[in-house]
Amino acid sequence: MSGNITLNHGEGGRRTHELIRDVFMKKFGMVEPLTDSAILEGSLVFTTDAYVVDPLFFPGGNIGKLAVCGTVNDLAVSGALPEYIACSFIIEEGFPVNDLLVIVDSMAEAAENAGVRIVAGDTKVVGKGKCDKMFITTSGTGMLDVAKKYISTGERIKPGDRLIINGSLGNHAIAVLGARKQLSFTTPVSSDCAPLNHMIGEVLNNCNGVLFMRDLTRGGLGGVLNELSEIMGNGIVINESSIPVDEPVRGVCEILGFDPLYLANEGKVLIVSSKGMENQILDLLRQDPLGKDSAIIGEVTADKGGKVIIETASGGRRIIDMPSGVQLPRIC
Amino acid sequence: MKYIDEYRDKGLIAKLADMITASVRRDYTFMEVCGGHTAAIHRFGIPYLLPENIKLISGPGCPVCVTGTDFIDTAIAYSQIDDVIITTFGDLIRVPGSESSLEKMNESGSDVRIVFSGLDALEIAKQNPQKKVIFLGIGFETTAPATAVTIKQAEKENVGNFFLLSAHKVMPPAMETIVKDGTSLDGFICPGHVAAVTGSAIFDFLPEKYNTACVVTGFEPADLLQAILMLVKQVNSNNPEVEIQYNRAVTVNGNQEARQYLNEVFEYCNARWRGFGLIEDSGLKLAGKYERFNAGSFATVEVSIHEEDRRCICPEILRGLKEPGDCPIFAKSCFPENPVGACMVSPEGACNAWYKYKVSR
Repeated sequence: MSGNITLNHGEGGRRTHELIRDVFMKKFGMVEPLTDSAILEGSLVFTTDAYVVDPLFFPGGNIGKLAVCGTVNDLAVSGALPEYIACSFIIEEGFPVNDLLVIVDSMAEAAENAGVRIVAGDTKVVGKGKCDKMFITTSGTGMLDVAKKYISTGERIKPGDRLIINGSLGNHAIAVLGARKQLSFTTPVSSDCAPLNHMIGEVLNNCNGVLFMRDLTRGGLGGVLNELSEIMGNGIVINESSIPVDEPVRGVCEILGFDPLYLANEGKVLIVSSKGMENQILDLLRQDPLGKDSAIIGEVTADKGGKVIIETASGGRRIIDMPSGVQLPRIC
Repeated sequence: MKYIDEYRDKGLIAKLADMITASVRRDYTFMEVCGGHTAAIHRFGIPYLLPENIKLISGPGCPVCVTGTDFIDTAIAYSQIDDVIITTFGDLIRVPGSESSLEKMNESGSDVRIVFSGLDALEIAKQNPQKKVIFLGIGFETTAPATAVTIKQAEKENVGNFFLLSAHKVMPPAMETIVKDGTSLDGFICPGHVAAVTGSAIFDFLPEKYNTACVVTGFEPADLLQAILMLVKQVNSNNPEVEIQYNRAVTVNGNQEARQYLNEVFEYCNARWRGFGLIEDSGLKLAGKYERFNAGSFATVEVSIHEEDRRCICPEILRGLKEPGDCPIFAKSCFPENPVGACMVSPEGACNAWYKYKVSR
């Protein structure tokens, strides 16, 4: 890699992957596969995530709730039970204490809902103009049943296995966009930001069919499906009419030219189910309010080195490529 | 979603596709002129629904794609002048000029801002009275009226630091160049949003002079398939004419008010198109009365005309002579993140649409 870092490197698409592979993995001696969390000696799972969302407050959440839920979800989709969180704050001089209190209250509430404890942290204050109001980094640990290690690598996925998501796509991205007041109209859309660990825990405790999970954050479903097809080396076919997207989100996407498949979510997970187990998993997901709109959206194909194909709602077929270019910076 | 789902109905689409298959008698080549059509065709997977003897080729209707390197170079030169803010639609900042791009200029200190409309650019001018704000006007008859409104607004509010660098173009001369230069074509899927402004009558010369079928078309899958069926029937009966498929938006005479704005604010000029070179009377420049809003009125910059990258076949693609898959660098050294040619930059560009959506890549 050469030149300068561009916004493109932070979008979760091809450039982000290049940056991770060619710089971080190479220099830190990390090895494939790239998973949401690192699985350490024994059953300890460890992850970290930085939050720079703009604006700090949006319908359905704020940067604090996002920082706790995001890290909890990264642990949960690895198959682990999230336990402890550490958080670091970078705060701009002049930041209102009242806003800080609201953010910290949300973090405490989100941690309580998720059943995790925030146990360590750090605070830095920088001069006015040296950071945009507030950035938060959270790290988390969880415990993994070692027999379920295969979930984070996807090594057991076979052709014919089914793909499930737990509800409608794009709400977080559109809620944040709406809160930026750059749209000349208002939307009733709220972020889906939520801790998914209890819902996922119920599924894992009652069913052995889960072969892989990934939360659908930056880069959206389109990004995750491309990562998955790369990990497996197999193709994927999904059916557009089975993918839930709320009407207001569809409307904004039509007007602004966004594809909901690439929009960021903060409370959505893709689950790969072994063939035949999908209805059991669907039933378990639908018992949780966060999974009431769960749907089977497609399957893994036998195409070697295959692409991600979508059967469009009108009956056509096209590729879903890895997201590229700057879509919506600072969405999380 | 109302007014969308009706036009994406799977049953209706399948029926139209069957009717097309039942109607074809030979090979047909149709050009979708508009970049919006190119994107829709691939996004909805239309080629997958068509019989093999119907070939769709993309034309010169993606504004970013046909904007010449000289325009980008001119904008870059302006961006280097002190106290200048360049305002532009998003796609244009990534188009490679002969040596740099507006995106790279922004990274190295120029003030280049993305706006969603000319009126946003005017707002920036009002908020920064000590700066000179240049709006890069690109697009066809569809977007030019909005620029005209902006100019009239700037005049009304007497905003002295707002300027236009116009690359606005009009569609018919480029379509005429294509059929005159011998691109083998049975018909045009005519641009629906251009025609919503101009009226369908601007295409009348094509069947009359060049025996080319024309259907003014909407942007949903049912629109596109119905238009293709209408084109096939025109060709079969050897009775080319201009038909309006997109009749929920388009009339023969168009939007009178928008046309009036265009006539008042702009006049025709010769314009350089990527892939075509200079086409007579195919551009729009500010009319004399509005000359004080022309970027050239506060400073002139000189740029030379450079040859485009020889490896890139954008020029042939824009004229419908070749397809993105024919290009030696397509998806090898030319990608959406790192485009060599303009057709890979814009979501309306043929190469970008092929790269993103085409199943048999």
